[in-house]
Amino acid sequence: MSMQKKVVSVLVDNHPGVLTRVTSLFGRRGYNIDSLTVSVTNIPDISRITLVITGDEHMLEQMIAQTSKLVEVRNIFALNMDASLVRELLLVKVAADETNRGSITSIANVFKAKIIDLSVGSMVLELTGEQNKLDGFLTVLGEYEVLEVCRTGITALSRGPVNYHI
Amino acid sequence: MNLTGAEILTEVLIEQGVDTIFGYPGGAVLNIYDTLYDYQDRITHILTAHEQGASHAADGYARVTGKTGVVLATSGPGATNLVTGIATAYMDSIPMVAITGNVSTSLLGRDSFQEIYITGITMPITKHNFLVRDVKELADTIREAFRIANTGRKGPVLIDIPKDITAAKCEFIRKECINVQKHTEIDLDKIEKAAEIINAAQRPVVYFGGGVSLGEASEELKAFLNKAGIPAVHTMMGAGVLCHDDMHNLGLIGMHGKSSTNNVIGDADVVVAIGARFSDRVALNPKYFAQKATIIQIDIDQSEINKNVYVDYSIVGDVKQVLNGILPYIEENQHLEWMKKIHVWQDRDYQPTDSDSTLKPHQIIRILCETTEKDTVYVTDVGQHQMWAAQYLEHVAPRSFLTSGGLGTMGFGYGAAIGAKLAVGNSRRVIHITGDGSFHMNLNEACTAKSYELPIITIIMNNSVLGMVRQWQTAFYKKKYSHTDPQRQTDFIKVAEGFGVKGYRTTNPKEFTEALKEALTQKGPVWIECLMEKDEKVLPMIPAGGTIDDMIMD
Repeated sequence: MSMQKKVVSVLVDNHPGVLTRVTSLFGRRGYNIDSLTVSVTNIPDISRITLVITGDEHMLEQMIAQTSKLVEVRNIFALNMDASLVRELLLVKVAADETNRGSITSIANVFKAKIIDLSVGSMVLELTGEQNKLDGFLTVLGEYEVLEVCRTGITALSRGPVNYHI
Repeated sequence: MNLTGAEILTEVLIEQGVDTIFGYPGGAVLNIYDTLYDYQDRITHILTAHEQGASHAADGYARVTGKTGVVLATSGPGATNLVTGIATAYMDSIPMVAITGNVSTSLLGRDSFQEIYITGITMPITKHNFLVRDVKELADTIREAFRIANTGRKGPVLIDIPKDITAAKCEFIRKECINVQKHTEIDLDKIEKAAEIINAAQRPVVYFGGGVSLGEASEELKAFLNKAGIPAVHTMMGAGVLCHDDMHNLGLIGMHGKSSTNNVIGDADVVVAIGARFSDRVALNPKYFAQKATIIQIDIDQSEINKNVYVDYSIVGDVKQVLNGILPYIEENQHLEWMKKIHVWQDRDYQPTDSDSTLKPHQIIRILCETTEKDTVYVTDVGQHQMWAAQYLEHVAPRSFLTSGGLGTMGFGYGAAIGAKLAVGNSRRVIHITGDGSFHMNLNEACTAKSYELPIITIIMNNSVLGMVRQWQTAFYKKKYSHTDPQRQTDFIKVAEGFGVKGYRTTNPKEFTEALKEALTQKGPVWIECLMEKDEKVLPMIPAGGTIDDMIMD
């Protein structure tokens, strides 16, 4: 069966240790996490964990069934990628001086990245978007000297009405 | 009422119908033990030799009754000593509530004396666990723990209570314990579809496991098998669900199952898996398991569907409910041709040979069955003796063969037997079957059996080696007996005497029968040592990952 990337939303009780329970289960069952974000939702006692995992259909089915059994997990579902909004935030620090600041700025403009810091020898750019956009931006910046990169991992919501219950 | 945390704990235990708990005191649970002293007319606390023994006792108590077993231990080593017992219960889906003390909240996270992060340690071996940081949450947390432990797929739950919480006071209101067994919605279309496949089958077989026992569905299973005229094979955890002489009961399947039962699964056109999880000791090679069959799986746990073996149809729900639901759609049948084929396989099943001069495992078990009451509760440790017990005992009823199936915990037996005996009281006999390897692990619980004068008969199958591992070394490691022949000099009769226990040493069937008859009249615990050949094997055997074609018969 073919391996594919899946984005999974896990709605959990906003309790200490919940993230550990989820990731411990994943570790134990051998599900590899490509990316993970977590934050509280509009409902203060509920947090949302957004996971990106790679696996086949059976693994995904098992993963959802196993995770559902955790007492503090209210709901878990894979997002339909055709009807979902997926975003990631990137911060990148590039070595820059008076010779190349201009060209870096014009690249940033093309990608609609923001310049959020400018120092004597470097600048920091911020970009939000889908993963491939961020990948593309980093590829182009590869022409310059990238000093530091930090990506948040993706976060995602489905379009339209809320069709799950917690 | 304004009560301390310790009093609230005790009150909620009573509220939940708990009258017996197993445990061991210590610094962090002093307040709880102080309260237990005052409540001793309502809660019996059984003091074991070791917290592990207490955890197995709570487990044995739960296995024989179906009620939630309760174990109590102090922080640090007290808590870590529960780990094997909790994991044992988890692997076999046994309802248990483990209560641990911890250091006071102000000392948590500071590597204080006897502090351990037990909720972290037990995360993967509990259904859920709690750390109570506020006495106001204590009562509902305990209630929730009992609910989780004994609903859905059952299992252990741990509650960690810091010492200051057991001393803090708050208002407590008694609540009635409501049995909230969730009634699952079962899809009628799925029931009809499954029935259709079962009705059309030419060579059907039911493969059932411990889930039928846990779901209290043995009567429903019998009704289903009788109407459908379908034979059934069972896992070790399913032993006793059907009586050994039930015409539909073909017996044990898997690594040490019969060749006939394994043939049946291999040849069947429809396999109905009920409360069984296709473990690697049954579906030794998942690729070839029931490869000719359409597989229908009935289980309470969604995550068991397609976990090890991919099935064609599944019904997720309470097994009792599902079997009741499907029965009206099942057509009466007898499958005579299929049964005829099965009888031919059964004629070729492995048959052990008797001996008058030495003790053969099957003879020991046969003598036990002939000499003791039919409703005896048998408890085993883990190893060859366990498999012989599973194979040769005349299982009569569910919840009467207590054994560590999933985790395979050597040292499980004595504690579990103590828990079982305290649960059944004088109404039923409890016999603990062990090997010299397993018994060396936790025989310290003899002091518990003696303190409470529990008439548990322990049968020690002493072949002087770690027989199961040695058997694998014989078959797969060119007889290189690495550390399985420990040359121990233990004199079990003297050890028994040291504990104040009566011990018998037997070397042949006649001596064993006589010793057993005498043991049956004793008031307290008794050990009967059976000296056996070290080369005795558990047969037949399918090697791990193998198929029926790889079966070893001698």
